[in-house]
Amino acid sequence: MNDIEIITGKFPTAKVTEALSGQEIVMIEASDLHDAAVCIRDELDYVLLLDITAIDNLAKSHKCESRYELRYVFRSSDFERIMIIGLNANIESGVDTLCDYYATADWLEREVWDQYGVTFVGHPNLKRVLNHMEFAGHPLRKDYTITDAQFCTRTQDLLDEMEPLLTSREYSADRDNLMLLNLGPSHPASHGTIRTLAALEGERIVAGVSEIGYLHRGFEKSCENHPYNQIIPYTDRLNYCSALINNVAFAKSVEEMLGITLPDRGIFIRVILMELSRIIDHLVCLAAGLLDMGGQTNYWYLFNPRNDAYDFLSRLTGARLTNSYMRIGGMSHDFYEGWESDLEDILKKVEAGTIQSLQMVEKNRIFQDRLQDISPVSAQQALSFGFTGPNLRASGVAYDMRSISPYYYYDTFEFDVVTGSVGDTYDRIMVRFEEIFQSIKIIRQAAGTIPTGDISIKDHSIFLPPKERVYNSIEGMMNQFKLVFEGLRVPAGEYYGALEAANGELGFYIVSDGGPIPYKVKVRAPSFVHMAAYPKIIEGYQVADAILTLGSLNIIAGEMDR
Amino acid sequence: MDIGRNLLGESIITTRIESVVAWGREASLWPFVFGTACCAIEFMATAASRYDISRFGAEVLRFSPRHADLLIVAGTVSYKQAPVLKQIYDQMPEPKWVVAVGACASSGGFYDNYTTLQGIDEIIPVDVYIAGCPPRPEAILDAIVEIQKQLHDEPSGQVRNESFNGRIA
Repeated sequence: MNDIEIITGKFPTAKVTEALSGQEIVMIEASDLHDAAVCIRDELDYVLLLDITAIDNLAKSHKCESRYELRYVFRSSDFERIMIIGLNANIESGVDTLCDYYATADWLEREVWDQYGVTFVGHPNLKRVLNHMEFAGHPLRKDYTITDAQFCTRTQDLLDEMEPLLTSREYSADRDNLMLLNLGPSHPASHGTIRTLAALEGERIVAGVSEIGYLHRGFEKSCENHPYNQIIPYTDRLNYCSALINNVAFAKSVEEMLGITLPDRGIFIRVILMELSRIIDHLVCLAAGLLDMGGQTNYWYLFNPRNDAYDFLSRLTGARLTNSYMRIGGMSHDFYEGWESDLEDILKKVEAGTIQSLQMVEKNRIFQDRLQDISPVSAQQALSFGFTGPNLRASGVAYDMRSISPYYYYDTFEFDVVTGSVGDTYDRIMVRFEEIFQSIKIIRQAAGTIPTGDISIKDHSIFLPPKERVYNSIEGMMNQFKLVFEGLRVPAGEYYGALEAANGELGFYIVSDGGPIPYKVKVRAPSFVHMAAYPKIIEGYQVADAILTLGSLNIIAGEMDR
Repeated sequence: MDIGRNLLGESIITTRIESVVAWGREASLWPFVFGTACCAIEFMATAASRYDISRFGAEVLRFSPRHADLLIVAGTVSYKQAPVLKQIYDQMPEPKWVVAVGACASSGGFYDNYTTLQGIDEIIPVDVYIAGCPPRPEAILDAIVEIQKQLHDEPSGQVRNESFNGRIA
């Protein structure tokens, strides 16, 4: 009996509906959610709550049972399987919260309320998380006009969250002479847009509250207003330190919805560029993190090879950061002649820079003392927080989608899944150092065995035909015309696609109504869940430690706030 | 008696006080980097060794607005962020200059939606706009040179942009 049969056996009203590409959604009654979550977590052992999102059925082409539906995506303890639970949400009575079962649910439910206005009964603090406090309405509802802007004139003091937190810990700001310190959103070590309010007893943080949403740029609403290929530039700007991984993650999800796979050369190009992007992402994280602790030389050593990598990407794609190189069904063009030696040259420089930087810190007493045993996160805690990627691996959990559910021939490359032992700030930093070397290894293998042939699919109702066919054949011209003016069509249905991005599991929950524009796109962004855990793990440590912990989690505001 | 000429010879240059002040400011702009998004990552590259912003005397990055005279807004500014930016601008002492780095800070870029400020010039005055999404580091350096040219010709002791009316009071 598989997991879905166990659920349907337990809840006779549950119905299984087909999603795309072999996925299934178990639709349950809203009143069963509580029991279903207990069953999923305790009996079936689904350890990660990946995402919660809503669908507003107002603009659907067919009639639906209720206007709002919710989707819960879980991942099993062996990390190989996902489970999608759906339910019809009644906007008046709301839906039960899952905060008691999965810590991740807290912010995810706040976001659903903020964006769609679905209430969660029993949620400890159901307030906006992305939009500002003066915002009225719920922007992802289909009747909210995308350009309907609302000015904000002041920021919130966050005491509504801080005071209950202090009371629950039997502290009083006045009696215990606590100092409330506001860090960010504009603070050099808060990476631009992250705000944390810390209550300090001396130099020790006794309670922390974080506020995000300062870089909320309406990614998901923009997706509902653009055809699939025009969304690629928006995905660049989710995690702008590794834009190409975001490109691929989105394109791959849509391709899986369409049931297509790329020719082998296209796949190898994607692997090479994704691993190069992972290297760049880790270089930025380490350079900025070490700069935060005063190690400025590391910044130069790590940023120089990163610039060389950007020279390669500029020559290949025409842009340094925001490459927009991928298309649904392939990529815009092949590698240029002589790319192999350029790439090898970069890999050598990255190796040299990383080794130089490691030599400065590895046996450095100050580095070790400042990072070891700071904000450790145990494996169990990390899973309950919803950590994925290097942050989870630092806690000793060997979950890497590239090896556990291999895609794009990752199972044929030889590389190690890097893990830490205690999950402290030191482990999170050192895992990234080592992952740079592993990515170099993968790139060398892929570059050595890359096949010749096509890079993109030949179905020209999805991928633009070559220019000579557009100019010289009527069919080619029609393909071009239809793709440019209408866009490609994806069969109606839903799909959750994910891959291992630089920061962890990057997922796209895409709903198609059969049209050229997605009905809904939700990003499962690793940084969003990592940030939710941040105020909890800095408690008990000093402000200077909290700065380094933030750097080691590598929060990228673009994907966190979307 | 002409002591100056005899003792100091050609080491005295006569000029106007305004020119001396402008000359000093030009070579020592202290930027406050209001970095929020992708453009801030390119600003990091501008400050790093290859592009080396210190060649233009602007490497003393101050993260207290009270110590800075050049506000570099690098990245998308949302409506939620707008009052924060306004407050930081207000905290900077006169005279001060503002650079809008990239499409988002200049005009909202391709985020024409409910959450993105359609250009920071809706709330604070801007002296130089840089195109690009994000601009290359050279473009950021070019903007700094442009500010240097502007302030060279401006009277030194006056409050700039007094008549500016933004959408946040």
